[in-house]
Amino acid sequence: MTLLTLEGVTASYGASQALFGMDLAIAEGEAVAMMGRNGMGKTTTVRAICRMLPAGGRLVFDGHDLTRLASHQAAKLGIGLVPEGRRCFRDLTVEENLVVAARSGHWDLARVAELFPRLAERRSQRASTLSGGEQQMLAIGRALMTNPRLLILDEATEGLAPLIRAEIWAAIARLKTETGLSLLVIDKSLKELRGVADRAVLVARGQVAWAGAMDALDAETSARHVGV
Amino acid sequence: MVNAALVAALVGVPLWAHVAGEPFTITLATRAVIFALAAVGLNLALGLGGLVSLGHAVFFGIGGYAMGILAFHAQNYLPMFPETLAIEGTKSMPVIWLVAVIASALAALVIGLLSLRTAGVYFIMITLAFGQMFYYFTISWSAYGGEDGLSIWVRNGFPGLNTLDPIQFYGLCFTLLCGALWLSHRIARSPFGLMLNAARQVPHRVETVGLDGQRAKLVVFVISGAITGLAGALFADLNRFVSPTMFSWHMSGEIMIFVILGGVARLFGPVAGAVLFVAMEHVLGDLSDYWHIYLGALLLGIVLFARGGVVGLLAGRAKSHD
Repeated sequence: MTLLTLEGVTASYGASQALFGMDLAIAEGEAVAMMGRNGMGKTTTVRAICRMLPAGGRLVFDGHDLTRLASHQAAKLGIGLVPEGRRCFRDLTVEENLVVAARSGHWDLARVAELFPRLAERRSQRASTLSGGEQQMLAIGRALMTNPRLLILDEATEGLAPLIRAEIWAAIARLKTETGLSLLVIDKSLKELRGVADRAVLVARGQVAWAGAMDALDAETSARHVGV
Repeated sequence: MVNAALVAALVGVPLWAHVAGEPFTITLATRAVIFALAAVGLNLALGLGGLVSLGHAVFFGIGGYAMGILAFHAQNYLPMFPETLAIEGTKSMPVIWLVAVIASALAALVIGLLSLRTAGVYFIMITLAFGQMFYYFTISWSAYGGEDGLSIWVRNGFPGLNTLDPIQFYGLCFTLLCGALWLSHRIARSPFGLMLNAARQVPHRVETVGLDGQRAKLVVFVISGAITGLAGALFADLNRFVSPTMFSWHMSGEIMIFVILGGVARLFGPVAGAVLFVAMEHVLGDLSDYWHIYLGALLLGIVLFARGGVVGLLAGRAKSHD
Protein backbone atom coordinates (compact mmCIF):
# COMPACT_ATOMS: atom_id res chain seq x y z
CA MET A 1 0.00 0.00 0.00
CA THR A 2 1.35 3.43 -0.96
CA LEU A 3 1.86 5.63 2.08
CA LEU A 4 3.18 8.79 0.46
CA THR A 5 2.54 10.04 -3.06
CA LEU A 6 3.98 13.14 -4.70
CA GLU A 7 2.88 13.96 -8.23
CA GLY A 8 4.06 16.99 -10.16
CA VAL A 9 5.01 18.85 -6.98
CA THR A 10 6.27 22.38 -7.48
CA ALA A 11 7.72 24.72 -4.87
CA SER A 12 9.46 28.08 -4.86
CA TYR A 13 11.45 30.34 -2.57
CA GLY A 14 9.99 33.67 -3.61
CA ALA A 15 10.71 34.16 -7.29
CA SER A 16 13.16 31.27 -7.36
CA GLN A 17 11.52 27.96 -8.27
CA ALA A 18 13.14 24.92 -6.64
CA LEU A 19 10.88 22.01 -7.59
CA PHE A 20 9.68 21.54 -11.16
CA GLY A 21 7.28 18.61 -10.91
CA MET A 22 8.69 16.21 -8.34
CA ASP A 23 7.26 12.67 -8.35
CA LEU A 24 7.75 10.23 -5.51
CA ALA A 25 5.94 7.25 -4.03
CA ILE A 26 6.82 5.41 -0.83
CA ALA A 27 5.04 2.23 0.15
CA GLU A 28 4.33 1.07 3.70
CA GLY A 29 7.51 -0.46 5.14
CA GLU A 30 9.64 0.65 2.20
CA ALA A 31 12.95 2.50 2.51
CA VAL A 32 13.72 4.99 -0.24
CA ALA A 33 17.04 6.75 -0.69
CA MET A 34 16.94 10.23 -2.18
CA MET A 35 20.22 11.44 -3.64
CA GLY A 36 21.44 14.36 -5.67
CA ARG A 37 23.97 17.15 -5.79
CA ASN A 38 23.61 20.17 -3.53
CA GLY A 39 20.84 22.59 -4.45
CA MET A 40 18.92 20.10 -6.60
CA GLY A 41 15.76 20.10 -4.47
CA LYS A 42 16.13 17.25 -1.97
CA THR A 43 15.59 19.34 1.16
CA THR A 44 12.93 21.39 -0.62
CA THR A 45 11.07 18.15 -1.29
CA VAL A 46 11.28 17.32 2.42
CA ARG A 47 10.05 20.79 3.33
CA ALA A 48 7.13 20.39 0.94
CA ILE A 49 6.20 16.99 2.42
CA CYS A 50 6.44 18.36 5.97
CA ARG A 51 4.37 21.42 4.99
CA MET A 52 7.15 23.83 5.90
CA LEU A 53 6.91 25.33 2.43
CA PRO A 54 3.83 25.97 0.27
CA ALA A 55 3.80 23.57 -2.64
CA GLY A 56 1.70 22.93 -5.72
CA GLY A 57 0.84 19.60 -7.28
CA ARG A 58 -0.44 16.50 -5.52
CA LEU A 59 0.85 15.49 -2.08
CA VAL A 60 -1.02 12.65 -0.42
CA PHE A 61 -0.11 10.85 2.78
CA ASP A 62 -2.20 7.86 3.80
CA GLY A 63 -5.15 9.20 1.81
CA HIS A 64 -4.89 12.72 3.29
CA ASP A 65 -4.26 15.72 1.04
CA LEU A 66 -1.17 17.26 2.63
CA THR A 67 -1.61 20.58 0.85
CA ARG A 68 -4.56 21.34 3.12
CA LEU A 69 -2.62 20.72 6.31
CA ALA A 70 -0.33 22.76 8.53
CA SER A 71 3.08 21.40 9.46
CA HIS A 72 2.03 20.15 12.90
CA GLN A 73 -1.01 18.42 11.41
CA ALA A 74 1.19 16.56 8.90
CA ALA A 75 3.41 15.46 11.76
CA LYS A 76 0.39 14.23 13.71
CA LEU A 77 -0.63 12.12 10.71
CA GLY A 78 2.65 10.25 11.07
CA ILE A 79 5.36 12.08 9.17
CA GLY A 80 8.47 12.24 11.33
CA LEU A 81 11.39 14.46 10.37
CA VAL A 82 15.04 14.41 11.35
CA PRO A 83 15.98 17.79 9.94
CA GLU A 84 19.24 18.77 8.34
CA GLY A 85 21.42 20.41 10.99
CA ARG A 86 19.73 18.47 13.85
CA ARG A 87 17.92 21.47 15.34
CA CYS A 88 17.55 20.06 18.83
CA PHE A 89 15.90 22.23 21.45
CA ARG A 90 19.18 23.38 22.93
CA ASP A 91 18.00 24.62 26.33
CA LEU A 92 15.98 21.50 27.05
CA THR A 93 17.54 18.38 28.53
CA VAL A 94 17.83 15.19 26.50
CA GLU A 95 14.81 13.75 28.26
CA GLU A 96 12.79 16.94 27.80
CA ASN A 97 13.65 16.98 24.08
CA LEU A 98 12.18 13.50 23.83
CA VAL A 99 9.19 13.99 26.11
CA VAL A 100 8.06 17.18 24.40
CA ALA A 101 7.55 15.27 21.15
CA ALA A 102 6.04 12.13 22.68
CA ARG A 103 2.87 10.59 21.31
CA SER A 104 1.52 7.20 22.23
CA GLY A 105 2.75 4.20 20.28
CA HIS A 106 5.64 1.79 19.95
CA TRP A 107 8.37 4.33 20.63
CA ASP A 108 8.85 5.58 24.17
CA LEU A 109 11.79 6.73 26.30
CA ALA A 110 12.89 3.19 27.06
CA ARG A 111 12.93 2.10 23.41
CA VAL A 112 14.81 5.22 22.30
CA ALA A 113 17.31 4.61 25.11
CA GLU A 114 17.73 1.04 23.93
CA LEU A 115 18.39 2.24 20.36
CA PHE A 116 20.80 4.96 21.52
CA PRO A 117 22.29 4.05 24.93
CA ARG A 118 24.37 7.27 24.87
CA LEU A 119 21.16 9.28 25.19
CA ALA A 120 20.14 7.36 28.31
CA GLU A 121 23.51 8.20 29.88
CA ARG A 122 22.96 11.89 29.17
CA ARG A 123 19.26 12.17 29.87
CA SER A 124 19.64 15.12 32.28
CA GLN A 125 22.12 17.05 30.15
CA ARG A 126 21.08 20.05 28.10
CA ALA A 127 21.04 19.33 24.38
CA SER A 128 23.48 22.20 23.82
CA THR A 129 26.14 20.31 25.79
CA LEU A 130 25.98 17.19 23.60
CA SER A 131 28.45 16.37 20.85
CA GLY A 132 27.33 16.61 17.21
CA GLY A 133 26.81 12.86 17.00
CA GLU A 134 24.79 12.76 20.20
CA GLN A 135 22.67 15.66 18.99
CA GLN A 136 21.99 13.71 15.81
CA MET A 137 20.94 10.68 17.85
CA LEU A 138 18.70 12.95 19.87
CA ALA A 139 17.14 14.38 16.70
CA ILE A 140 16.39 10.83 15.51
CA GLY A 141 15.08 9.83 18.93
CA ARG A 142 12.86 12.91 19.06
CA ALA A 143 11.38 12.11 15.66
CA LEU A 144 10.78 8.50 16.74
CA MET A 145 8.98 9.69 19.90
CA THR A 146 6.28 11.13 17.62
CA ASN A 147 5.66 7.50 16.58
CA PRO A 148 5.76 8.24 12.86
CA ARG A 149 4.69 5.93 10.05
CA LEU A 150 7.19 7.57 7.73
CA LEU A 151 10.53 8.78 9.02
CA ILE A 152 12.42 11.29 6.88
CA LEU A 153 16.14 11.62 7.59
CA ASP A 154 17.70 14.63 5.91
CA GLU A 155 21.51 14.29 5.81
CA ALA A 156 21.48 12.47 9.14
CA THR A 157 25.18 11.62 9.13
CA GLU A 158 26.60 14.75 7.54
CA GLY A 159 29.75 16.08 9.20
CA LEU A 160 30.03 13.29 11.78
CA ALA A 161 33.03 11.15 12.74
CA PRO A 162 33.22 7.72 11.04
CA LEU A 163 32.48 5.78 14.24
CA ILE A 164 29.41 7.86 14.99
CA ARG A 165 28.26 7.57 11.37
CA ALA A 166 28.52 3.80 11.63
CA GLU A 167 26.49 3.84 14.84
CA ILE A 168 23.76 5.93 13.24
CA TRP A 169 23.64 3.85 10.06
CA ALA A 170 23.34 0.72 12.22
CA ALA A 171 20.40 2.31 14.04
CA ILE A 172 18.73 3.23 10.74
CA ALA A 173 19.18 -0.34 9.53
CA ARG A 174 17.57 -1.59 12.74
CA LEU A 175 14.62 0.70 12.20
CA LYS A 176 14.17 -0.86 8.76
CA THR A 177 14.50 -4.48 9.73
CA GLU A 178 13.03 -4.55 13.23
CA THR A 179 10.15 -2.07 13.07
CA GLY A 180 9.18 -2.00 9.39
CA LEU A 181 9.04 1.80 9.50
CA SER A 182 8.83 3.52 6.11
CA LEU A 183 11.96 5.57 5.50
CA LEU A 184 12.96 8.39 3.21
CA VAL A 185 16.71 8.79 3.62
CA ILE A 186 18.46 11.75 2.02
CA ASP A 187 22.20 11.24 1.90
CA LYS A 188 25.18 10.93 -0.40
CA SER A 189 26.74 7.85 1.21
CA LEU A 190 26.01 5.33 -1.48
CA LYS A 191 27.67 2.44 0.31
CA GLU A 192 25.62 2.84 3.47
CA LEU A 193 22.43 3.57 1.58
CA ARG A 194 22.80 0.27 -0.28
CA GLY A 195 22.55 -1.49 3.07
CA VAL A 196 19.33 0.27 4.02
CA ALA A 197 17.27 1.35 1.01
CA ASP A 198 15.04 -0.72 -1.27
CA ARG A 199 14.82 1.93 -3.96
CA ALA A 200 16.74 5.02 -4.99
CA VAL A 201 15.51 8.31 -6.39
CA LEU A 202 18.10 10.64 -7.90
CA VAL A 203 17.12 14.28 -8.03
CA ALA A 204 18.43 16.90 -10.45
CA ARG A 205 17.11 20.42 -11.08
CA GLY A 206 14.00 19.93 -8.97
CA GLN A 207 12.86 16.75 -10.70
CA VAL A 208 13.46 13.03 -10.57
CA ALA A 209 16.40 12.25 -12.87
CA TRP A 210 16.52 8.54 -12.20
CA ALA A 211 14.47 6.11 -10.11
CA GLY A 212 14.75 2.40 -9.62
CA ALA A 213 15.78 -0.44 -7.37
CA MET A 214 18.84 0.25 -5.23
CA ASP A 215 20.61 -2.73 -6.76
CA ALA A 216 20.04 -1.31 -10.24
CA LEU A 217 21.85 1.93 -9.46
CA ASP A 218 25.23 1.70 -11.16
CA ALA A 219 28.34 3.73 -10.48
CA GLU A 220 28.08 5.75 -13.67
CA THR A 221 24.50 6.91 -13.00
CA SER A 222 25.41 7.73 -9.43
CA ALA A 223 28.48 9.67 -10.48
CA ARG A 224 26.50 11.62 -13.09
CA HIS A 225 23.66 12.71 -10.80
CA VAL A 226 25.13 12.60 -7.32
CA GLY A 227 28.82 13.15 -7.93
CA VAL A 228 29.89 10.07 -5.92
CA MET B 1 18.54 30.59 48.30
CA VAL B 2 17.87 33.89 46.51
CA ASN B 3 14.22 32.95 46.17
CA ALA B 4 13.97 32.06 49.86
CA ALA B 5 15.60 35.37 50.84
CA LEU B 6 13.12 37.26 48.67
CA VAL B 7 10.13 35.48 50.19
CA ALA B 8 11.53 36.03 53.69
CA ALA B 9 11.93 39.75 52.95
CA LEU B 10 8.43 40.01 51.52
CA VAL B 11 7.00 38.35 54.63
CA GLY B 12 9.33 39.86 57.22
CA VAL B 13 9.57 43.52 56.21
CA PRO B 14 5.79 44.22 56.11
CA LEU B 15 5.32 42.34 59.39
CA TRP B 16 8.10 44.39 60.99
CA ALA B 17 6.54 47.57 59.56
CA HIS B 18 3.15 46.57 60.98
CA VAL B 19 4.59 46.00 64.45
CA ALA B 20 6.71 49.19 64.24
CA GLY B 21 3.73 51.26 63.04
CA GLU B 22 5.16 52.09 59.61
CA PRO B 23 2.16 51.87 57.28
CA PHE B 24 4.03 53.64 54.48
CA THR B 25 6.56 50.80 54.31
CA ILE B 26 3.68 48.33 54.00
CA THR B 27 2.22 50.42 51.16
CA LEU B 28 5.61 50.38 49.43
CA ALA B 29 5.79 46.60 49.83
CA THR B 30 2.25 46.31 48.48
CA ARG B 31 3.24 48.36 45.45
CA ALA B 32 6.26 46.10 44.88
CA VAL B 33 4.14 42.95 45.21
CA ILE B 34 1.52 44.24 42.75
CA PHE B 35 4.21 45.22 40.24
CA ALA B 36 5.75 41.79 40.74
CA LEU B 37 2.40 40.17 39.96
CA ALA B 38 2.13 42.18 36.73
CA ALA B 39 5.68 41.18 35.82
CA VAL B 40 5.04 37.50 36.64
CA GLY B 41 2.31 37.76 34.01
CA LEU B 42 4.66 39.30 31.44
CA ASN B 43 7.40 36.81 32.31
CA LEU B 44 5.18 33.96 31.15
CA ALA B 45 4.84 35.54 27.70
CA LEU B 46 8.38 36.88 27.53
CA GLY B 47 10.42 34.28 29.36
CA LEU B 48 8.55 31.16 28.42
CA GLY B 49 6.97 32.13 25.12
CA GLY B 50 9.67 34.51 23.87
CA LEU B 51 7.01 37.14 23.16
CA VAL B 52 8.47 40.62 23.59
CA SER B 53 5.25 42.45 24.37
CA LEU B 54 5.41 46.21 24.73
CA GLY B 55 1.67 46.32 25.24
CA HIS B 56 1.13 44.64 28.59
CA ALA B 57 -0.07 47.97 29.98
CA VAL B 58 -3.27 47.21 28.06
CA PHE B 59 -4.06 44.37 30.46
CA PHE B 60 -2.82 46.31 33.48
CA GLY B 61 -5.11 49.18 32.47
CA ILE B 62 -8.08 46.96 31.71
CA GLY B 63 -7.75 45.43 35.17
CA GLY B 64 -7.56 48.91 36.66
CA TYR B 65 -10.55 50.20 34.76
CA ALA B 66 -12.56 47.04 35.57
CA MET B 67 -12.08 47.95 39.22
CA GLY B 68 -12.64 51.66 38.64
CA ILE B 69 -15.82 51.31 36.60
CA LEU B 70 -17.44 48.69 38.85
CA ALA B 71 -16.59 50.61 42.02
CA PHE B 72 -17.62 53.96 40.48
CA HIS B 73 -21.10 52.63 39.69
CA ALA B 74 -21.42 51.03 43.10
CA GLN B 75 -20.36 54.13 45.04
CA ASN B 76 -22.66 56.40 43.01
CA TYR B 77 -25.59 53.96 42.95
CA LEU B 78 -25.68 54.26 39.19
CA PRO B 79 -26.37 51.08 37.24
CA MET B 80 -24.32 50.40 34.12
CA PHE B 81 -26.25 50.41 30.82
CA PRO B 82 -29.36 51.81 32.62
CA GLU B 83 -31.64 51.59 29.60
CA THR B 84 -30.90 47.96 28.71
CA LEU B 85 -29.14 45.69 31.22
CA ALA B 86 -29.07 47.96 34.28
CA ILE B 87 -26.11 46.09 35.90
CA GLU B 88 -25.20 47.23 39.40
CA GLY B 89 -21.59 48.08 40.18
CA THR B 90 -19.80 46.26 42.99
CA LYS B 91 -17.37 46.92 45.80
CA SER B 92 -16.52 43.24 46.19
CA MET B 93 -12.89 42.47 45.38
CA PRO B 94 -13.46 38.83 44.30
CA VAL B 95 -16.08 39.93 41.77
CA ILE B 96 -13.86 42.78 40.54
CA TRP B 97 -10.89 40.41 40.20
CA LEU B 98 -13.00 37.96 38.23
CA VAL B 99 -14.18 40.70 35.85
CA ALA B 100 -10.63 42.06 35.54
CA VAL B 101 -9.20 38.62 34.74
CA ILE B 102 -11.93 37.77 32.19
CA ALA B 103 -11.76 41.18 30.48
CA SER B 104 -7.96 41.10 30.30
CA ALA B 105 -7.95 37.53 29.02
CA LEU B 106 -10.45 38.41 26.29
CA ALA B 107 -8.41 41.44 25.27
CA ALA B 108 -5.26 39.28 25.25
CA LEU B 109 -7.03 36.73 23.06
CA VAL B 110 -7.97 39.34 20.46
CA ILE B 111 -4.61 41.14 20.60
CA GLY B 112 -2.76 37.81 20.56
CA LEU B 113 -4.71 36.50 17.56
CA LEU B 114 -3.69 39.58 15.57
CA SER B 115 -0.18 40.14 16.95
CA LEU B 116 1.00 36.54 16.73
CA ARG B 117 0.67 36.68 12.96
CA THR B 118 3.84 38.72 13.18
CA ALA B 119 7.16 38.16 14.92
CA GLY B 120 10.22 40.07 16.08
CA VAL B 121 10.12 43.82 15.82
CA TYR B 122 6.68 43.77 14.19
CA PHE B 123 5.24 41.94 17.20
CA ILE B 124 6.76 44.57 19.48
CA MET B 125 5.31 47.39 17.40
CA ILE B 126 1.83 45.92 17.10
CA THR B 127 1.55 45.31 20.85
CA LEU B 128 2.80 48.85 21.45
CA ALA B 129 0.18 50.14 19.02
CA PHE B 130 -2.59 48.35 20.91
CA GLY B 131 -1.38 49.93 24.13
CA GLN B 132 -1.46 53.41 22.65
CA MET B 133 -4.89 52.74 21.16
CA PHE B 134 -6.33 51.99 24.62
CA TYR B 135 -4.39 54.91 26.14
CA TYR B 136 -5.88 57.49 23.77
CA PHE B 137 -9.31 55.91 24.01
CA THR B 138 -9.40 56.28 27.81
CA ILE B 139 -8.13 59.86 27.54
CA SER B 140 -11.23 60.71 25.56
CA TRP B 141 -13.57 58.48 27.63
CA SER B 142 -15.24 61.34 29.50
CA ALA B 143 -17.84 59.11 31.16
CA TYR B 144 -15.05 57.71 33.34
CA GLY B 145 -12.97 60.81 33.94
CA GLY B 146 -11.14 61.05 30.63
CA GLU B 147 -7.61 62.33 31.06
CA ASP B 148 -8.20 63.11 34.77
CA GLY B 149 -8.98 59.52 35.64
CA LEU B 150 -11.41 58.19 38.16
CA SER B 151 -11.21 58.30 41.97
CA ILE B 152 -12.72 55.69 44.22
CA TRP B 153 -13.59 56.94 47.68
CA VAL B 154 -13.18 53.78 49.73
CA ARG B 155 -11.10 50.70 49.02
CA ASN B 156 -13.16 47.72 47.89
CA GLY B 157 -13.96 44.95 50.33
CA PHE B 158 -12.99 41.32 50.74
CA PRO B 159 -15.15 38.96 52.84
CA GLY B 160 -13.77 38.58 56.35
CA LEU B 161 -11.01 41.16 55.96
CA ASN B 162 -10.60 44.86 56.63
CA THR B 163 -8.93 45.89 53.38
CA LEU B 164 -8.36 49.42 54.70
CA ASP B 165 -5.81 47.93 57.09
CA PRO B 166 -2.55 48.08 55.06
CA ILE B 167 -1.20 44.76 56.34
CA GLN B 168 -4.42 42.93 55.49
CA PHE B 169 -4.53 44.35 51.98
CA TYR B 170 -0.84 43.48 51.63
CA GLY B 171 -1.61 39.92 52.72
CA LEU B 172 -4.22 39.63 49.98
CA CYS B 173 -1.84 40.91 47.31
CA PHE B 174 0.99 38.70 48.54
CA THR B 175 -1.27 35.64 48.51
CA LEU B 176 -2.28 36.38 44.91
CA LEU B 177 1.40 36.80 43.96
CA CYS B 178 2.20 33.43 45.53
CA GLY B 179 -0.69 31.91 43.57
CA ALA B 180 0.61 33.40 40.32
CA LEU B 181 4.15 32.16 41.06
CA TRP B 182 2.81 28.67 41.76
CA LEU B 183 0.84 28.75 38.50
CA SER B 184 3.93 29.96 36.60
CA HIS B 185 6.02 27.18 38.11
CA ARG B 186 3.42 24.56 37.19
CA ILE B 187 3.12 25.86 33.64
CA ALA B 188 6.90 25.94 33.15
CA ARG B 189 7.24 22.35 34.39
CA SER B 190 4.25 20.98 32.45
CA PRO B 191 4.35 19.43 28.95
CA PHE B 192 2.75 22.68 27.80
CA GLY B 193 5.68 24.62 29.26
CA LEU B 194 8.15 22.31 27.53
CA MET B 195 6.32 22.87 24.27
CA LEU B 196 6.54 26.64 24.73
CA ASN B 197 10.19 26.41 25.58
CA ALA B 198 10.84 24.37 22.45
CA ALA B 199 8.72 26.71 20.32
CA ARG B 200 10.70 29.68 21.60
CA GLN B 201 14.04 28.07 20.77
CA VAL B 202 13.30 26.68 17.31
CA PRO B 203 9.96 28.23 16.27
CA HIS B 204 9.33 26.33 13.04
CA ARG B 205 10.92 23.00 13.90
CA VAL B 206 8.56 22.47 16.80
CA GLU B 207 5.76 22.06 14.27
CA THR B 208 7.55 19.11 12.67
CA VAL B 209 7.18 17.10 15.86
CA GLY B 210 3.43 17.68 15.79
CA LEU B 211 3.21 20.63 18.16
CA ASP B 212 1.19 23.73 17.39
CA GLY B 213 3.61 26.36 18.67
CA GLN B 214 1.45 29.29 17.60
CA ARG B 215 -1.55 28.07 19.58
CA ALA B 216 0.64 27.47 22.62
CA LYS B 217 1.95 31.03 22.36
CA LEU B 218 -1.59 32.38 22.13
CA VAL B 219 -2.66 30.43 25.21
CA VAL B 220 0.30 31.65 27.26
CA PHE B 221 -0.28 35.23 26.04
CA VAL B 222 -3.88 35.02 27.31
CA ILE B 223 -2.81 33.63 30.70
CA SER B 224 -0.11 36.29 30.87
CA GLY B 225 -2.61 39.06 30.09
CA ALA B 226 -5.06 37.76 32.68
CA ILE B 227 -2.43 37.80 35.46
CA THR B 228 -1.31 41.31 34.53
CA GLY B 229 -4.97 42.37 34.47
CA LEU B 230 -5.41 41.10 38.01
CA ALA B 231 -2.39 43.15 39.04
CA GLY B 232 -3.99 46.20 37.43
CA ALA B 233 -7.16 45.75 39.53
CA LEU B 234 -5.06 45.53 42.71
CA PHE B 235 -2.97 48.55 41.73
CA ALA B 236 -6.12 50.60 41.19
CA ASP B 237 -7.42 49.47 44.58
CA LEU B 238 -4.12 50.35 46.25
CA ASN B 239 -4.27 53.90 44.89
CA ARG B 240 -8.08 54.11 44.83
CA PHE B 241 -7.56 55.79 41.51
CA VAL B 242 -7.39 54.80 37.85
CA SER B 243 -6.22 56.91 34.95
CA PRO B 244 -5.12 56.49 31.33
CA THR B 245 -1.48 56.36 32.47
CA MET B 246 -2.11 52.73 33.43
CA PHE B 247 -2.36 52.10 29.67
CA SER B 248 0.68 54.16 28.69
CA TRP B 249 3.73 52.69 27.02
CA HIS B 250 5.75 53.85 30.04
CA MET B 251 3.81 51.32 32.08
CA SER B 252 4.51 48.56 29.54
CA GLY B 253 8.18 49.53 29.64
CA GLU B 254 8.26 49.47 33.44
CA ILE B 255 6.73 46.00 33.59
CA MET B 256 9.37 44.84 31.13
CA ILE B 257 12.09 46.50 33.20
CA PHE B 258 10.95 44.53 36.28
CA VAL B 259 11.38 41.30 34.32
CA ILE B 260 14.74 42.20 32.77
CA LEU B 261 16.15 43.56 36.06
CA GLY B 262 15.18 40.44 37.96
CA GLY B 263 15.90 37.90 35.24
CA VAL B 264 13.90 36.86 32.20
CA ALA B 265 12.48 33.33 32.47
CA ARG B 266 13.54 33.06 36.12
CA LEU B 267 10.58 32.23 38.34
CA PHE B 268 11.45 34.84 40.96
CA GLY B 269 13.06 37.24 38.48
CA PRO B 270 10.00 39.52 38.20
CA VAL B 271 9.67 39.62 41.99
CA ALA B 272 13.31 40.61 42.44
CA GLY B 273 13.01 43.18 39.65
CA ALA B 274 9.86 44.80 41.05
CA VAL B 275 11.24 44.92 44.59
CA LEU B 276 14.50 46.45 43.36
CA PHE B 277 12.63 48.99 41.24
CA VAL B 278 10.37 50.13 44.07
CA ALA B 279 13.31 50.27 46.47
CA MET B 280 15.33 52.38 44.02
CA GLU B 281 12.32 54.57 43.32
CA HIS B 282 11.95 55.22 47.06
CA VAL B 283 15.57 55.50 48.16
CA LEU B 284 17.09 57.20 45.11
CA GLY B 285 13.93 59.21 44.46
CA ASP B 286 14.46 60.88 47.83
CA LEU B 287 18.00 61.81 46.85
CA SER B 288 17.43 63.04 43.33
CA ASP B 289 14.64 63.82 40.89
CA TYR B 290 16.80 62.21 38.25
CA TRP B 291 16.94 58.77 39.84
CA HIS B 292 15.98 57.17 36.53
CA ILE B 293 19.56 57.81 35.40
CA TYR B 294 20.78 55.35 38.05
CA LEU B 295 18.07 52.91 37.04
CA GLY B 296 19.19 53.23 33.43
CA ALA B 297 22.81 52.58 34.40
CA LEU B 298 21.78 49.50 36.39
CA LEU B 299 19.67 48.23 33.51
CA LEU B 300 22.58 48.76 31.13
CA GLY B 301 24.87 46.81 33.45
CA ILE B 302 22.37 43.97 33.75
CA VAL B 303 21.84 43.71 30.01
CA LEU B 304 25.58 43.85 29.25
CA PHE B 305 27.00 41.74 32.04
CA ALA B 306 24.22 39.72 33.67
CA ARG B 307 21.74 38.36 31.18
CA GLY B 308 20.10 36.32 33.92
CA GLY B 309 19.23 39.53 35.79
CA VAL B 310 19.73 40.00 39.50
CA VAL B 311 18.52 36.48 40.28
CA GLY B 312 20.83 35.00 37.66
CA LEU B 313 23.73 37.04 39.01
CA LEU B 314 23.21 35.86 42.57
CA ALA B 315 22.09 32.31 41.93
CA GLY B 316 24.18 31.51 38.86
CA ARG B 317 22.91 29.68 35.82
CA ALA B 318 20.12 27.36 36.78
CA LYS B 319 17.64 25.20 34.98
CA SER B 320 15.27 27.13 32.79
CA HIS B 321 12.55 28.96 34.70
CA ASP B 322 14.05 28.40 38.12
